[in-house]
Amino acid sequence: MIAPLKQSFRSLRDSFMDLLPIILVVSFFQFVVLQQPLPNVAKLLAGIFMVMVGLTLFIQGLKMALFPLGEEMAFNFVRAGNLWWLFLFAFTLGFGTVMAEPALILISDKAAEVAAAGGMIDNNETAQASYALGLRLTVALSVGVALLVGVLRILKGWPVQYLIIGGYIGVVIMTYFAPPEIIGIAYDSGGVTTSTVTVPLVTALGVGLASSIRGRDPMLDGFGMIALAVLTPMIFVMAYGILI
Amino acid sequence: MDALSEFGGTLVLLLRDVMPIMAILFGFQLFVLRKKIKNPKRILIGMVLVILGLAFFLEGLEMALFPIGRLMAEQLTAPEFIYGADAVIPAQADWTEYYWVYAFAAAIGFATTIAEPALIAVAIKANQVSGGTIKVNGLRFAVAIGVAVGVALGAFRIITGTPLHWYIITGYVLVIIQTTFAPKIIIPLAYDSGGVTTSTVTVPLVAALGLGLAETIPGRSPLLDGFGLIAFASLFPIIAVMAYAQLGALRVRRQTSRTQTHEDNDP
Repeated sequence: MIAPLKQSFRSLRDSFMDLLPIILVVSFFQFVVLQQPLPNVAKLLAGIFMVMVGLTLFIQGLKMALFPLGEEMAFNFVRAGNLWWLFLFAFTLGFGTVMAEPALILISDKAAEVAAAGGMIDNNETAQASYALGLRLTVALSVGVALLVGVLRILKGWPVQYLIIGGYIGVVIMTYFAPPEIIGIAYDSGGVTTSTVTVPLVTALGVGLASSIRGRDPMLDGFGMIALAVLTPMIFVMAYGILI
Repeated sequence: MDALSEFGGTLVLLLRDVMPIMAILFGFQLFVLRKKIKNPKRILIGMVLVILGLAFFLEGLEMALFPIGRLMAEQLTAPEFIYGADAVIPAQADWTEYYWVYAFAAAIGFATTIAEPALIAVAIKANQVSGGTIKVNGLRFAVAIGVAVGVALGAFRIITGTPLHWYIITGYVLVIIQTTFAPKIIIPLAYDSGGVTTSTVTVPLVAALGLGLAETIPGRSPLLDGFGLIAFASLFPIIAVMAYAQLGALRVRRQTSRTQTHEDNDP
């Protein structure tokens, strides 16, 4: 009974250390720069305690479920030997998680407003809704393709930098042809596709694949999937902006 | 009661977020791979912990840190704070007057990155895979420094109104140059660390800062200039992580050459 208690106390303390920088920064700016008292201290402390508990539970769950699940599935796909199912799985995982991402729904609605204000589409609700949905589908498709290419890359052992640098050169070229209103959104859409649940899962999947295929190094080949999932939305969203 | 119903709302939203992922995972596991899940009880408990943990985490942030952080971003970017209460506000923003904004941008970028759960996850995995060569906290610090520089530079860009793609393109050129010199082993991880910085904690606060700046500076539009800070926050960690590995390699090289000259001198 003592050992697990000690363990959870230690992980709570770790979580507190993770939060300490935020607490210090916020207090410094509040007291020293803005010279104002802290509003509602009790609520603040309760909130910080909840964040600590949440972080501790999340990391525990990560080690119990997300990591082993990702790795086990990678291992099973390699053993089953049917690569088409693996490709379909990677694509579905990317597409499905992005379509459900709340941050993206928010951003695509805002992007539709920008597009309407900039005169790219008609300034009414139906045009904006269809533009926003089109944008979400575009980003979801791009992340599906990213994970598919990421898996293919691990199987083939391609170095990730050629894909990424080639992709970024594509981004730079497209920036000159895309309408200016879409550029900021395109650059940002790469960042919002990677949620807290997908990142550990996709990382475990990549590392699992690279460790169960002979001749692949989990460090060199296992990482890199997230980078692809950040890159492809920029290209696809700019292409969407050019086409619409 | 209010807090409880809010917590329930967050939980429902998270479940909606995680359900499709679970459906895809278990669908493929049961119908395509036709395999029973190993340790189903442990996985289930783990998933419950992940969802519950995230719900606590987000709800706590919403209770404690986001309101005060957003208010702070607003107050720090307000013209009355920057130029003083009685001063005339110039039509053209003077970028040298915004030093507290840069300091806040860097500090909040650094601090939120340290608390980012997705980054902790990737750092733990990288530590396991590298057999301990990559330190969990070393990687997190490198990424956090990258985000700090990126967000501060992003704030500078909004204040001066220079085009976003100049910065981003320069950054990528730097990434390409570093890629040819950095130790091979770090490159995929460095590229990945760009994407993990921008999930739950960093985006809301950084977006509030960008919006505050774009709203108060004359000639900026919140819709056009508010975007783009996240791109900065995901580009600069790549540079920082590669630099971290390059510094490490440099130190090792210097040490070995020093011991070599030492041995040469020995008769």
